[in-house]
Amino acid sequence: MTRDIILSLKGVSKRFGGVYANQDVSLEVPRGAIIGLIGPNGSGKSTLFGSITGYHPIDAGSIVYEGRELKDLRTAEIARLGLIRTFQQTHVYDDLDCVKNMLISRPMRKGDIATLMHRPTARDRARAEELLEFVGLASKRHLMAGSLSFGQQKLLEFAMALMNEPDLLLLDEPTAGINPTLINGLIDRLRQANERFGVTLFVIEHNMRVMMNLAQEINVLAGGKLIARGAPKDIQNDPKVIEAYLGGQ
Amino acid sequence: MLKQTAAQWLAMLAFVALAVAAPFALPNNMAQLVDVMVFILIALGWDMLGGQMGYNSFGNVVFFGIGMYLVASTQVLWGGFSLQEYNSAKGGNLEAFVIGEPAYVASLIAGLAIAAVANFLIALIVGAQLLQTRGHYFAVGTLGLGVAAGEFAGTFSFLGGGSGMNFLQPPDGLQLSTLLYFLGLATVVVFYLFLVWLHGTRFGLVMNAIRDNEDKAEAMGLPTARVKAISWAVAAAFTAVGGGLYGAGKNFIDPTEVAFSLTTIGVWMILMPLIGGKGTIWGPIIGAVAFQLFKEFFWTFLFGWQRVALGLLIVIIVVFFPDGIMGGLHALRRRLGAPHGQEAAR
Repeated sequence: MTRDIILSLKGVSKRFGGVYANQDVSLEVPRGAIIGLIGPNGSGKSTLFGSITGYHPIDAGSIVYEGRELKDLRTAEIARLGLIRTFQQTHVYDDLDCVKNMLISRPMRKGDIATLMHRPTARDRARAEELLEFVGLASKRHLMAGSLSFGQQKLLEFAMALMNEPDLLLLDEPTAGINPTLINGLIDRLRQANERFGVTLFVIEHNMRVMMNLAQEINVLAGGKLIARGAPKDIQNDPKVIEAYLGGQ
Repeated sequence: MLKQTAAQWLAMLAFVALAVAAPFALPNNMAQLVDVMVFILIALGWDMLGGQMGYNSFGNVVFFGIGMYLVASTQVLWGGFSLQEYNSAKGGNLEAFVIGEPAYVASLIAGLAIAAVANFLIALIVGAQLLQTRGHYFAVGTLGLGVAAGEFAGTFSFLGGGSGMNFLQPPDGLQLSTLLYFLGLATVVVFYLFLVWLHGTRFGLVMNAIRDNEDKAEAMGLPTARVKAISWAVAAAFTAVGGGLYGAGKNFIDPTEVAFSLTTIGVWMILMPLIGGKGTIWGPIIGAVAFQLFKEFFWTFLFGWQRVALGLLIVIIVVFFPDGIMGGLHALRRRLGAPHGQEAAR
């Protein structure tokens, strides 16, 4: 069966000095799926996200998204194609309130200035409020984003990403710093973003319970190399994966 | 939200009413009043990058100086004179370089328009390169521009070289400072209305987004480079108008002491938004007025020590009142129990 692939990496390598952060990584993200990316600390997961979204040029390989080669595009150009990422350390607009954070994040598919020249419409505002409600931040909507807790900023960043109406969303540890009692709700919201809003998700996550519940397929990085790929159950029992996590590498 | 807007409009009306009355109340202080309008223009211009976008420019004085030279030159050329001959005369032989009142006024306004457009384009071109640097690098880069500009301008003999250039002698009977004052006021009103409009659009939001987290803005696909360059270009246009008005008022351009003076105008235009509260529309306006009051006070009562006093004022503001007068007002209102969420008068 051929799959409808939205993102395809072939032989991607990234070196910092003499150290390979990613080495010959090839993987695919099918459209409409929720795909996981796990690995021990320092295994190159965030670097891979950075490579995909144009933060640093890759040394070798190819990254194709919706049939387009991304490796020579800049960050903002890639984002305008509908490929958005969130950050491990939160990135929000600290001195603006949550609603403004949302309004800035309206879809931006063309890079022209004309689209920036009009005021937010009532529909934009309604959408912003709706998504803040969706992630559970409705009561905080007039607080400055910088005054939110780390976990709340993570949720805000997730809402901002959805406001942008991406086709593919790369989430870097979406549950880190989130109150454990809220994690089940967040898993549910990630799934809803995928099913209701039609966003393909590619997720880095350290919380294995979340990953097992969420992802249809998991890729495992260790030492910059892809060492395993498969369904969550298989990954859980893969000796190579266990070895990587227990420090056998 | 609505209340806020109404308050802003009321404040603007009150400001314009006061500004229109000021020449009648202080007829002997017209030169200082012209300076106030110039200061508001350059403070608002500086704040577009320094306050709203977090890009501290030490080089806006370049646009101030270029604007000044352009207005003076436009007037000379308008009168059908050669710049070379006019500047070789060094302000002598005044009878040979006289133009009538209508021509003087028309050439002044045309010169200001040319200065605005030219500096808009210069900032767009220079900004496309310079604004790729961030933080301290941008600040130092613009400082370099400011230092170089004055010396560079002094090398052109047709602009009077190092000894500078006079403005055309205003025709007898023309109330020049009154004209400059009201031209300045009109430009301030236009700039204010433009900024209020701009900050209601997504463009204004993106400016603040760049200040708060430029990496995030890029990651969300926002055209940050263009927003930065266009903002600087707008700031440059109004700064150039300020320079033209200032030069015409002083009647003399010295390349390093008047036009491209880093240590006076160059620093003052940064200090004013800091006094009033950077990153707000009213902060630079209030700051410019307050600064002129401080300056006149220091120059009158502390003469000889005025620069020391001004220096101390800078230190006191930066250390104790980093958010300026507007920041103080917001803190006061918060203490008086204004509902949360109204505090961002941006």
